[in-house]
Amino acid sequence: MDSPTTYFHWGFILISVPNLLVIAGMIVLFAIALVVPFPHGGEGKNGRR
Amino acid sequence: MDAAEPISEQPTSWTVRTRRAIDRHLPMDHLLPVRQPYYVGSWVYVFGVITIAALVWVVASGVVLAFMGPQWWHDSSVGRFFNSLHFWSVQLFFIFMVLHLWGQYFMAGWRHGRAATWAIGVVIFGISILTAFTGYLSQQNFDSQFIAVNAKDAMNGAGIGAFFNVLNFGQMYGLHIMLLPIGVTILVVLHIVMVRARGVVKPIDPEGGARS
Amino acid sequence: MKPMGATQEEYYRGVRMVPYDLVKELVLALAGVGILALAVSAILSSPDVAPITIAAWAQSDPVDFVTTATNELAGSTTSAGYGNPYNTNGSGQAWGPIAPQTWFGTRIPIDSATTFVIQPLQRGASSNTDLGASLDTWQKAGADQQGRWTDAYTKALADASVKDGKVMVADGDYGPLPVMMSNLLGIAQTGGLDGLLMVNGRFYQTDYTPALLFMGDGSYLSGQAEQWNLLGDQWGMMNETGRYPGQTWLWLYTMWYQVPPFTSDTGFIGLNSSNADLGIIILMTLLTAALALVPLIPILRDIPHWVPIHRLIWRGYYAPKARD
Repeated sequence: MDSPTTYFHWGFILISVPNLLVIAGMIVLFAIALVVPFPHGGEGKNGRR
Repeated sequence: MDAAEPISEQPTSWTVRTRRAIDRHLPMDHLLPVRQPYYVGSWVYVFGVITIAALVWVVASGVVLAFMGPQWWHDSSVGRFFNSLHFWSVQLFFIFMVLHLWGQYFMAGWRHGRAATWAIGVVIFGISILTAFTGYLSQQNFDSQFIAVNAKDAMNGAGIGAFFNVLNFGQMYGLHIMLLPIGVTILVVLHIVMVRARGVVKPIDPEGGARS
Repeated sequence: MKPMGATQEEYYRGVRMVPYDLVKELVLALAGVGILALAVSAILSSPDVAPITIAAWAQSDPVDFVTTATNELAGSTTSAGYGNPYNTNGSGQAWGPIAPQTWFGTRIPIDSATTFVIQPLQRGASSNTDLGASLDTWQKAGADQQGRWTDAYTKALADASVKDGKVMVADGDYGPLPVMMSNLLGIAQTGGLDGLLMVNGRFYQTDYTPALLFMGDGSYLSGQAEQWNLLGDQWGMMNETGRYPGQTWLWLYTMWYQVPPFTSDTGFIGLNSSNADLGIIILMTLLTAALALVPLIPILRDIPHWVPIHRLIWRGYYAPKARD
């Protein structure tokens, strides 16, 4: 893990692959959180407070 | 003063008044509610609590590192492991804090009187970055040498280098292990109390009214 | 002020509430983060590239070391001409009238020639009469003569060679410099200069300012940094040594260093590469303030209403009611 890493170069953007993975991973995680249903206690109960 | 009045009702007691103020603003049922509005039903809502969990791990691993001294993790494999815990929990802390920021932004979480909660969140972000910066400077390895020599120009250019000397390990370390974590913790507690006191903001009005 | 407790009661009036276990959520989060952090730590460890020393610098690149030391005497290094907070030999960064670098004075006084060259040599000259004599010659010479010696020696160093760790230059009139520099090189190569610059006559020390400034004046430190892509024009602020993620949250801060006007000499409205640090700090302060004040800024605060991400988050709330 202590050897130099590879870089992704696009135009003026120069980003290390580990950093790119972190950022891409965050975007994927956010998208997943938006889409995956959330288990709801009391789902279906129609009572008002 | 009516002698028949129980002590906990005496209005001249500052302690009674403090208790009543707390009860009015943040009763236990709001601080630790057992129910949430049913619209709190998305995984986006868990990013905040995961950020807090990551902060707990950052502080816990940091306490161990501080106890053993700044040299320990360079010389001991157990020390290196605790440094790794600290390093990766910091990564997780920032990852989930930013996800929480994205979520709150797209939910416009500042509505209905919550602008201060949002602002404090941004301040926490800024102070966390500063805390991480002093941490990177405290590593006592090549990374901290280069960060120090490079960052000094920004600090000096802004005038604060005269008071905040990134080449001074003692100063950076003291800020990192004590002053800044205290600041972050106080602000995080305030942020959580503000969320609990006001409750979770309602969904954006589908009819389009931008109620702030 | 209306009690927040009553405010929340009113706010939630009419809203359907469902059971939610906050404490269990926190404990699960602690466990989840813990397991993840422990696993990744065990598998990937963390970066720890050893710090470089002045000794390593003097051994790997004696010519660069001696050139840097000579330039300290000549007053031509970065630290020598820096300005505040180290000295008043430079004006520092300014954007028109905004020049905070000059506002607080010389609070960390460093005289480069004295601190990095003369004082260490004086400490080393106690039993070395040749060195003592050379230092004497240097101190007694006028500034013009000193300048002639450093000019000549710097020119000769451009074609210097290294033999047995020592720097060899062509013959010339360099005054006491060759003796001073070979002694300083010798002290540095054994690690003595690391110690002398660190301790600086005291015993306890936690301030590495002199040693780091001196190393920053040479090219060894930045040469090592370039390998790890840590330099400013390599988006270095975001990067970490090795294959580890760096400080991704600094992406916007470091991005400005890669774009005009901060990359160009001519720049724009007085902002250019020579005051980039100041300009970017001002810019990032404004942007951070804007982020904190989003609730008050039109368009920025309206974007969430226009972008349908909230419709995904609250799709249960927006769905047509099945029963009522």
